Amino acid sequence: MLSYLKPLAFIICLIPFGQLLYRAYTNDLGANPIDTITRFTGSWSLFILLATLAVTPLRRITGRNDLIRYRRMLGLFAFFYAALHFSTYMVLDLYFDFSAIAKDILKRPYITVGFSALVLLIPLAATSTSGMIRRLGKRWQQLHYLVYVIAILGVIHFYWLVKSDISRPAQYGLVLVLLLGFRLYYKWSAASTPRRRALSAVATPRKDQAA
Amino acid sequence: MLIKKPEEIKAAEITSKELYLNRRQFIASALGAGAAFAALDLAGAHNVHALEKLPNVKKGPAAYNTSEKLNALKDITSYNNFYELGVDKGDPELNAKYLITKPWSVAVEGEVKKAKTFAIEDIMKLAPLEERIYRMRCVEAWSMVIPWIGFPLSALISQVEPTNNAKFIQFVTLVDPKRMPGQKPSLFGNPIDWPYVEGLRMDEAMHPLTILCVGLYGEILPAQNGAPLRLVVPWKYGFKSIKSIVKVRFVEQQPATSWNKMQPQEYGFYSNVNPEVDHPRWTQATERRIGEFLRRKTLPFNGYGEQVASLYKGMDLKKFY
Repeated sequence: MLSYLKPLAFIICLIPFGQLLYRAYTNDLGANPIDTITRFTGSWSLFILLATLAVTPLRRITGRNDLIRYRRMLGLFAFFYAALHFSTYMVLDLYFDFSAIAKDILKRPYITVGFSALVLLIPLAATSTSGMIRRLGKRWQQLHYLVYVIAILGVIHFYWLVKSDISRPAQYGLVLVLLLGFRLYYKWSAASTPRRRALSAVATPRKDQAA
Repeated sequence: MLIKKPEEIKAAEITSKELYLNRRQFIASALGAGAAFAALDLAGAHNVHALEKLPNVKKGPAAYNTSEKLNALKDITSYNNFYELGVDKGDPELNAKYLITKPWSVAVEGEVKKAKTFAIEDIMKLAPLEERIYRMRCVEAWSMVIPWIGFPLSALISQVEPTNNAKFIQFVTLVDPKRMPGQKPSLFGNPIDWPYVEGLRMDEAMHPLTILCVGLYGEILPAQNGAPLRLVVPWKYGFKSIKSIVKVRFVEQQPATSWNKMQPQEYGFYSNVNPEVDHPRWTQATERRIGEFLRRKTLPFNGYGEQVASLYKGMDLKKFY
């Protein structure tokens, strides 16, 4: 039943992008439009990445396994906004000044970690097709554990760029700790109680069941 | 762009505020952005419009005033770093209504012969008001051109007669969470240890480019720009130009300054604009002039080297950043 809502979720994920276009069209991006676009796309990328990481805990809590259908879409939207974020930096902010970009990536730790997160997202996006999932088998799951690293890098990127008020990156960090903490807790408790283990086996769809 | 004798024309005379605001309203409605947007813009315009016009403002010395294209009033009043009114650039404009600046007084004290507390009205009469069109370079690598109104800080200094012990001046911003909602304690702690404090060496303070500012674009200073009294030191990063001053203290030792206290490796006491010394987290070699697309090269001392470089002769500016 939830799959009927998928087109709606797709549109919801596009709303920030539409909002950005509308604000650009109506000249409502403020005094420093490039800065506004950079922050906007960066925040949404991180937000949707955390939403992607919330899918599995939500599945476990609600028992609704069909939520898994949203995970790939959310992950790809996180990548979409991250790509927009980096393009804004490369094209609008530094206008293809590749030596300045290279210097930034090498010398500025917050850009180093942000860029690393983006680069690590690329193989995940590239292997998100059903064909790739089939072909990679067990290794697909191992590869996609990278998303935990990416999310941590994303939050560090945000934390390291603020000047003094850390409240917003701290909020993202708190949510990430909860989402990762849930996984650790679940793993630990599933391993320690047979009943949970049985539940967990049901809750993890096998590749051959997914299709 | 001004072509003929820029020193004779005041910024407010080129584009009158009314015309400028009307133009904005016209554009807003013509674009059909909807009644809500139009109403918002009108409300904003009304807010700015309530400000008093400053009489008898003369043009500042031509050698000090740049003839570069001015930034729009809307940009200058809607894109501010003023953490007392919120940490986002748009917050100070939204919270400007809380900052009531009447009555206001400024205590001038410390190593002086005639310590005195001035009412803001008296400060505004200390010297003739001048329009000073300065570049403003923020440490975050953006810049603006702003028609400030004020008078040299030296006029205030001579009133109180500093003693020989006065080597530095410390400036202190108001602390009042009611009028400065950004000072209310937050869950993650305060971004700054209030009050905001800044400082200058005596020769920097006496330099004719250094002004006490009371207005902008022909009118009294909007709250979000540091009403009713702020410092403007155009060759230093913007955060040195402390806003909403309540205390001026003459001291013998180099005083503490807020950003330096928080991140000493990132913000020095001097904080002269210097393309050679990067902020540890970003480059200072270039900047984005608000309203322009391509970055421009940042100039040493923000382009005021001819006037101020001699103040720092013999100093290693990489060490004293």
